[in-house]
Amino acid sequence: MKFSEKWLREWVNPAIDTETLSEQLSMAGLEVDGLDAVAGDFTGVVIGEVVECAQHPDADKLRVTKINVGEDELLDIVCGAANCRAGLKVAVAKVGAVLPGDFKIKKAKLRGQPSHGMLCAFEELGMAESSEGILELPTDAPVGQCIREYFSLDDVTIDVDLTANRSDCLGIKGLAREVGVLNSLDVCAINIEPVPPSIDDKIAIELVNSASCPRYLGRIIKGINLDATTPLWMVEKLRRSGVRSIDPVVDVTNYVLLELGHPMHAFDLAAIDGGIKVRNANEQEELVLLDGNTAKLNSSTLLIADDNKALAMAGIFGGEASGVKAGTKDILLESAFFAPLAIAGQARSYGLHTDASHRYERGVDYTLQHDAMHRATALLLEIVGGQAGPVVEAVSEADLPKEKSVTLRRERLDRVIGHPIADDKVSDILARLGLQVSFENDVWQAIVPSYRFDISIEEDLIEEVARVFGYNNIPNVAPKAALKMTHHAEANVPVARLRNELVARGYQEAITYSFVDPKAQQLLHPQSDALVLPHPISVEMSAMRVSLMTGLINAAVYNQNRQQPRIRLFEQGLKFLSDDSAENGVAQVAVLGGIVYGNTHNEHWSIASRPADFFDIKGDVEALLALTNDRSRFSFKAQENDGLHPGQSAAIYFDDVKVGFIGAVHPQLQKSLGLNSTAYVFEVEVDALSTRKLPEAVNVSKFPSNRRDIAILVADDVKIGDILESIEKVGGNQLVDLNLFDVYKGKGIEPNFKSLAIALTLQAVDRTLEEKDINQVVDNVVAELAKQFNASLRD
Amino acid sequence: MNLENILAQALEAVAQASEIAHLEDVRVNYLGKKGEITGLLKTLGKLAPEERKDAGAVINQAKTKVQDAINEKRELLTQQALEKKLAAETIDVTLPGRTMPVGGLHPVTRTIERIESFFKELGFAVKSGPEVEDDFHNFDALNIPEHHPARADHDTFYFNPKLVLRTQTSGVQIRTMEAEQPPLRIISPGRVYRNDYDQTHTPMFHQVEGLMVDTDVSFTELKGILHDFLRNFFEEDMEIRFRPSYFPFTEPSAEVDVKGKNGKWLEVLGCGMVHPNVLRSVGIDPEKYTGFAFGMGVERLTMLRYGVNDLRAFFENDLKFLNQFR
Repeated sequence: MKFSEKWLREWVNPAIDTETLSEQLSMAGLEVDGLDAVAGDFTGVVIGEVVECAQHPDADKLRVTKINVGEDELLDIVCGAANCRAGLKVAVAKVGAVLPGDFKIKKAKLRGQPSHGMLCAFEELGMAESSEGILELPTDAPVGQCIREYFSLDDVTIDVDLTANRSDCLGIKGLAREVGVLNSLDVCAINIEPVPPSIDDKIAIELVNSASCPRYLGRIIKGINLDATTPLWMVEKLRRSGVRSIDPVVDVTNYVLLELGHPMHAFDLAAIDGGIKVRNANEQEELVLLDGNTAKLNSSTLLIADDNKALAMAGIFGGEASGVKAGTKDILLESAFFAPLAIAGQARSYGLHTDASHRYERGVDYTLQHDAMHRATALLLEIVGGQAGPVVEAVSEADLPKEKSVTLRRERLDRVIGHPIADDKVSDILARLGLQVSFENDVWQAIVPSYRFDISIEEDLIEEVARVFGYNNIPNVAPKAALKMTHHAEANVPVARLRNELVARGYQEAITYSFVDPKAQQLLHPQSDALVLPHPISVEMSAMRVSLMTGLINAAVYNQNRQQPRIRLFEQGLKFLSDDSAENGVAQVAVLGGIVYGNTHNEHWSIASRPADFFDIKGDVEALLALTNDRSRFSFKAQENDGLHPGQSAAIYFDDVKVGFIGAVHPQLQKSLGLNSTAYVFEVEVDALSTRKLPEAVNVSKFPSNRRDIAILVADDVKIGDILESIEKVGGNQLVDLNLFDVYKGKGIEPNFKSLAIALTLQAVDRTLEEKDINQVVDNVVAELAKQFNASLRD
Repeated sequence: MNLENILAQALEAVAQASEIAHLEDVRVNYLGKKGEITGLLKTLGKLAPEERKDAGAVINQAKTKVQDAINEKRELLTQQALEKKLAAETIDVTLPGRTMPVGGLHPVTRTIERIESFFKELGFAVKSGPEVEDDFHNFDALNIPEHHPARADHDTFYFNPKLVLRTQTSGVQIRTMEAEQPPLRIISPGRVYRNDYDQTHTPMFHQVEGLMVDTDVSFTELKGILHDFLRNFFEEDMEIRFRPSYFPFTEPSAEVDVKGKNGKWLEVLGCGMVHPNVLRSVGIDPEKYTGFAFGMGVERLTMLRYGVNDLRAFFENDLKFLNQFR
């Protein structure tokens, strides 16, 4: 809420400067977001009267004027404003004046005519964003007076960002109350006298839904003059509170809203058929709002209606047809209390947010309707004239909020705050806040004022006491807790360990958005049924990722386009899969994914760089799997995966469960994804990597080991992984190491065959192996390979 | 030839030798079995016994001289050979080594890990939870009923009225309290989402929330732990202030500001005493237990700590930006 500091000070005027006041508000929980001067920085501008105004002889759009600024001589000033005319009271920047932007006014000649000053527009004085023509002052404005003085411009607009609980401060009255509490000052509230009726015109009011509208006041005012102008003081107060002047009726309702924090509404009486009914909308009922839009209503929306039709959305927005407009003579003024729950969420459901709805959904003082009505009536009669009828009140006492009495225990206060605040200090704070307090047996009983919707339980009082006492007057104490050791599982592999492994292997961690471009994701995962955000930031950020691939490829492309020759990225996060058996129908799986793109190494004087390939990334994944100390339970199976090259794609299994994939991005997709060459990706479920096998030590053999190399020939389509697995099985426990050290195809080898060179290391725990033992194992291996894979020994 | 000449020749030959192999030839020629000096020794037998002794001594003297000369020269040549080899093997040690450039953690992760380490030291467990969250855990259980104005402040991404992208990690507190009984000390880092995208907002960012529930947890302790935290995080004895605020799930509530180098206060986190309705919603008796909770924006803290001035840089994943965090 924005408000004028001077306006506040009319109500309560602590002897502190603006900065201190603003600091004080912030530290009381009313956060000041900004302090803005109400006008630009200028000097030397006074009120003048246009004595003569003639056409400039040589310029169509200029006028030559003589201006009285209360000095001996009239000033010659050339002016270009269309509204400049004789008799007008204007703002005159005299020679020597300095306008905002350090614009100095000097003697000048305009098209041959002398000009000793300038007639100013609001915009030029920093009092409006834009304005048409020069500003026009009332005829009684005293010639010669300084404009700053006349407008009281040494004022500041204070913008406080009020939290949802403090609706009581959404008006000068409430803010003044708060500032009074903080400075232990009394508030000079304005005196609101009831305005007696001068005519008998009344309107019938029926509270069809009295739970939502427990009190509704209506008052007819007849014979108003809507052409009257809103007085300058009111326009200025509205302006400094961020509200534009519209017409005197709207201005008065806005003024009361800002002053008392109580929304008001005025209807054109001629548009009302019969009486007022406060009722809920019928499904599909329509209402054209003041902004010209048609709202299709639903039955949870409370309406102000007449006998035949909807007039306004209660507490939110007026209707166009019943609004005050040019030609309106008679009005019905509304001052109502709507229950917060009846208004809450309604405005938002129609995409609306108004000053009225903002207040009603947070809570408006339910005892304030009469004051607001009389205040508005008095102001209206003063400005637009007319005759006021009697105030008609429809009220359902049973539905009005009940006076609340809240208990605060000394012991509870101390326990929650942790620092004792003296009894009389607590009583004083509560009393200053307007609560009626009694204190007995270490218990305060406090009756809550009608404007404090936010106070209903003990914690609310604790907060008020702590807040006014000052959070920074409460000491800092280290928490105390029992030194109970928590459970630490050694078998747990923390995600940080996985991250560090990849970092050590040259990967940079990335964080990409969890929502991706559905088009790109669709290319990679044509079958996937991604969760889609109905109201995303943009379409490109609307589909929840079903793997990390889309985001990582996108990040790789971003860097490729910035001339990075070597890209290795990884990310850890959730992927989101539709799954009816999961909580809320979404399986949210923690995965670790990576991408390798470009060269294996940066250009180096001594390392031959080459494009990275499948086995570069596979080696990194194998290193991750090895962290489980259970590598043999993982396997890579040639298997097609979404978005991957069918011949360079593997599923990663833990026992029989698929836990990830690895492969080259499908060459067909490269271009559409923006990739210039082949990228390699992997993804593994974090759960599969998060448990490691604890070591179980065996004695290390003291006997020598023996190495035997074998070279075998097998058909090309035989999977080497299967061969190695088979050797391990046949080799038994004397085979302590197995290493494939060469794979060869080409010259000297039959087409469609490959030659493998494998080193077998044999060792026994209890003796030195003899030649025959060793040969036995090697023979067994060779025989098994021949049988299973049709492998032959190579000469 | 007489001994003197032989000796002179031998010494000359040693002096001329430029390789260890030549020295060996010299040794064989003069001192070997058929060597010339050895030959002279063999002639001693022909002398009269009284002459033998002196003549023998003279020949042996010559033999020793030659042997010493050879040894000395060998040493010299060995030394020269070593020096030559070392000179030949000298490399430019300033050339860059063969390395796999090391990667790095994302600055957000780095900050989260630091925060985790501070609180783990105090016995806080790290918890995580789902990011697609139901409205009960994201709102209702946190004392934000359906039409509460605070819901509007959240710019929530809805899938449907019951399912959202979590706007805060507080849901993890609820899930933890549903599953475990006090005393509780947890922190929950993670991604959160708000439908807002401009210079100072990204639709996804990270929070770390903390919660402590025990029989006598107080506001003074909340202040104490956050003071310690902020001073550790920034490693500076900076000014810190607690400013009253409002969150539906805590009461009293506060926002915490730190004073920047420019003298301006910067908001860095929100906190408060856990609202009794929140404790009740998970079956914890607020008369028996009290608690505090706090939440902080990771990107904001990271920006302040390392001088990052564009929030959006965190999610562009530009290697040039990320490489700075080593």
